[in-house]
Amino acid sequence: MNYRMIIYVLGWILNFEALFLLPSAAAGLIFREREGLSILVTAAICLVLGLLAVRRKPQRAKLYAREGFISVALSWLVLSFFGALPFYFSGYIPSIIDAVFETASGFTTTGASILADVEALPKCLLFWRSFTHWIGGMGVLVFVIAILPLAGGSNMYLMKAESPGPSVKKLVPKVKRTAVTLYLMYLLITVVEFIFLVAGRMPVFDALCTSFGTAGTGGFGIRNDSIAGYSSYIQVVVTVFMILFGVNFNVYYLIYKKKWKDMLKCTEVIVYLTIIAVSILLISINIRGMYSSGATAVKDAAFQVGSIITTTGFSTANFDLWPAFSKTVLVLLMFVGACAGSTGGGIKVSRVVIIFKTVTKELDYIIHPNNVKKIKIEGKQLEHTVLRSTNVFIMAYIFIFVGSLLLISLDNFDLVTNFTAVAATLNNIGPGLGGVGPVSNFSAFSGFSKIVLTFDMLAGRLELFPVMILLSWKTWKK
Amino acid sequence: MKIIIVGCGKVGETLAAVLSQEGNDITIIDKKEEVVDRLCREYDIMGYVGNGASYSVQLEADIERADLMIAVTGSDELNLLCCLTAKKAGNCHTIARVRNPEYNNELNFIQEELGLAMVINQELAAALEISRVLKFPSAIEIDTFAKGRVELLRFKIPRDSILDNLTLNEMHSKIKCNVLVCTAERDGRILIPKGDYILRAGDVISIIAASKDENLFFKKIGIHTNQVKNTMIVGGGEIAYYLARMLASAGIQVKILEKRLDRCEELCEMLPKATIIHGDGTNKQLLEEEGISSTESFVALTDFDEENVILSLYARKCGCRKIVTKINRFVFDEVIESLDMDTTIYPRDITAEYILQYVRAMKNSIGSNVETLHRIIDNQAETLEFIIRNNFQMKNIPLQDLPIKPGILVACINRNGHIILPRGKDELQEGDTVVVVTAKKGLNDINDILQTR
Repeated sequence: MNYRMIIYVLGWILNFEALFLLPSAAAGLIFREREGLSILVTAAICLVLGLLAVRRKPQRAKLYAREGFISVALSWLVLSFFGALPFYFSGYIPSIIDAVFETASGFTTTGASILADVEALPKCLLFWRSFTHWIGGMGVLVFVIAILPLAGGSNMYLMKAESPGPSVKKLVPKVKRTAVTLYLMYLLITVVEFIFLVAGRMPVFDALCTSFGTAGTGGFGIRNDSIAGYSSYIQVVVTVFMILFGVNFNVYYLIYKKKWKDMLKCTEVIVYLTIIAVSILLISINIRGMYSSGATAVKDAAFQVGSIITTTGFSTANFDLWPAFSKTVLVLLMFVGACAGSTGGGIKVSRVVIIFKTVTKELDYIIHPNNVKKIKIEGKQLEHTVLRSTNVFIMAYIFIFVGSLLLISLDNFDLVTNFTAVAATLNNIGPGLGGVGPVSNFSAFSGFSKIVLTFDMLAGRLELFPVMILLSWKTWKK
Repeated sequence: MKIIIVGCGKVGETLAAVLSQEGNDITIIDKKEEVVDRLCREYDIMGYVGNGASYSVQLEADIERADLMIAVTGSDELNLLCCLTAKKAGNCHTIARVRNPEYNNELNFIQEELGLAMVINQELAAALEISRVLKFPSAIEIDTFAKGRVELLRFKIPRDSILDNLTLNEMHSKIKCNVLVCTAERDGRILIPKGDYILRAGDVISIIAASKDENLFFKKIGIHTNQVKNTMIVGGGEIAYYLARMLASAGIQVKILEKRLDRCEELCEMLPKATIIHGDGTNKQLLEEEGISSTESFVALTDFDEENVILSLYARKCGCRKIVTKINRFVFDEVIESLDMDTTIYPRDITAEYILQYVRAMKNSIGSNVETLHRIIDNQAETLEFIIRNNFQMKNIPLQDLPIKPGILVACINRNGHIILPRGKDELQEGDTVVVVTAKKGLNDINDILQTR
């Protein structure tokens, strides 16, 4: 294994983390908060360690699949650990495990918090919390690839390990240009949302943090009641943008290229939007009785559905109080997740579509045992490797899910709390039901459970395998 | 530059690898999914599975924005169709590989009439390379310019040559031959020599000359061009056919050993001057019988790399002076180089190299006035072709009066197809194509060779 190259990549990650910390430090300066100092100290630590690691470029600069996956997994661990230091240094989160949980939740765009009173945090730390969503949404290594001429060969493995979806496609021939294009589109849509929010009289600071949270489909609010306290206009804007950020970014590229026909052929997005529409309809009917006006019911249903399926995790209503049917729909949406190639988490709509088609095909085999059939998506036959990796993904997903559920049950909470806690972290959503519902938080769990859930968040964001490879002893064997 | 490569065989892969490394946007199209997958993993390129000649596949690969389409599939007809479709769909430059000898005489027609930028015949190119080696065994490197009318030969001055201790001026007056010394290498440094440069034995110099003058020059300076008198070729494929034809016209006796009788008869018909032997070239007895120990040169062109290597090593042992080995597939250069094999020819690389030259020239000519650009001597020097247009400031002034920057040499003028190796009295006229040799990089315009005052 090319340890030097991995260290080199990690070094750059630290340098970039120092860079990412600067806006938050600037926020500290603007709001004249002492806590800005803890951010600056962290940035300095990152920079020193990072510069030490990148002092010399390794001669063998090529990253193979194994090194690529390990670099990505380690990068996210490093990011979460060092990103947690400002919370720890400033004393607002006195336990390092809690601080790492909070930061990992930020970078993995989960939005699960251990803080009961968010509003007590100084603004610079709030900004940092939300900013980690924005960075983590599109991916840190994608950012690094976009800026750095990293390896001599292909960086595809890095990108593959970090980008969600069953098969990662480039937009343009060069990895670097693809990364730049993705980030530009990401930035542009974020800015548009920001403008819409400010136009709705949202304070600039709130609008920035909310935009970051929506763009990364993260879900850290800066108020204790998340988005519920803002005007209906703002809630509608956030709903629309949450759903937009859950769409495969390839579609935006097609729009930019004016390839309308190809855009309309995108099965995944059509299924995604259909699921959203149907869920909103069902939940609206189900909760109609709890609201005085139908419009409010639809608005709240739409917000919660958009928030859960895109795995953002903002909330405008305490859906823990909704009828069982609505709660069940929401829990199911947690697993479906957003589109591949978006900033959202979960199993991804495309995988659900593939699995659905596989099951139909298997049924056909029972009826016509000699039937020859191929699974097609968007008119193209699916490669066997994609089918296999999708099936294996689902299996691995279930294993991790069940394992985590077992481990955190040691804390002796009820099944709904435990089940939705794992679902909310593994799918990068944030709030669950019961003890971890939208008005509660994860602080009640023991340190051990928090470590398990932190692992789940990282595994969910990186699509299981990079993190699992890290744990496999074969990886480290000479 | 955006380049689409159709067909990912040996040549396609080499091109994709080198061109993407040089910073071009490469999209590959191939019918085989595994190949596309593997190449996309290994190199920083994008790939599509499908028939490259199909309009819809080309559209998917964004032919509309492509600058160049290179078709190197196994089928000539498919390659041509790819290029025709691409031409209509995207208005890009196109390069096709056409290797069937039946089209060989029509290559020019195909190229001009179908509007292709370049048509390349892999076997012909390889044969050309081998024939050069056999005709000038002493030369280290040969390049051609001005559409093949001028050649640049690089060779080492032997120990007791009459060139030793001569200045270039003396050389010209003594030898009276129409050649020009372009570069000289001594102790690993490259310079563009002036008239007072003193040549020494051991210098590696490159000369530019019209093809017909080269032999005369070498005769006069006492270096035998060492053109071989006879050659033995094992394997009677297409390369052997082209090679035999070229060698025969240069007066070299050719003997071809071929296994298949029907091919022997074909060759016999097409190559009246050559001796065709029907038999297994790997049979030691037969090789002895046909006089491998008395033949001057030996060319191994069978379909199997392993056989070629063994045959060449054997020929070396039998005392052949010049040996050429064709290697198709092997990538173990280090091993091959460590064997005492003399010259090895990689048809794949030759084809790729031809295309690369075109692509680099095309890339260089974007935004500059360079017609073609060659890198010579391991990329340490460049030869550039310019066309003199009316914006050139110093038209019709003798070269000796031009303030040309040091380290730049005007090596050749092509005036309406007439080649002039310029002396101080020659002048540049509008419409001339000039070849400039320089160790500097970054010349973009013919005016750049002049000193700025």
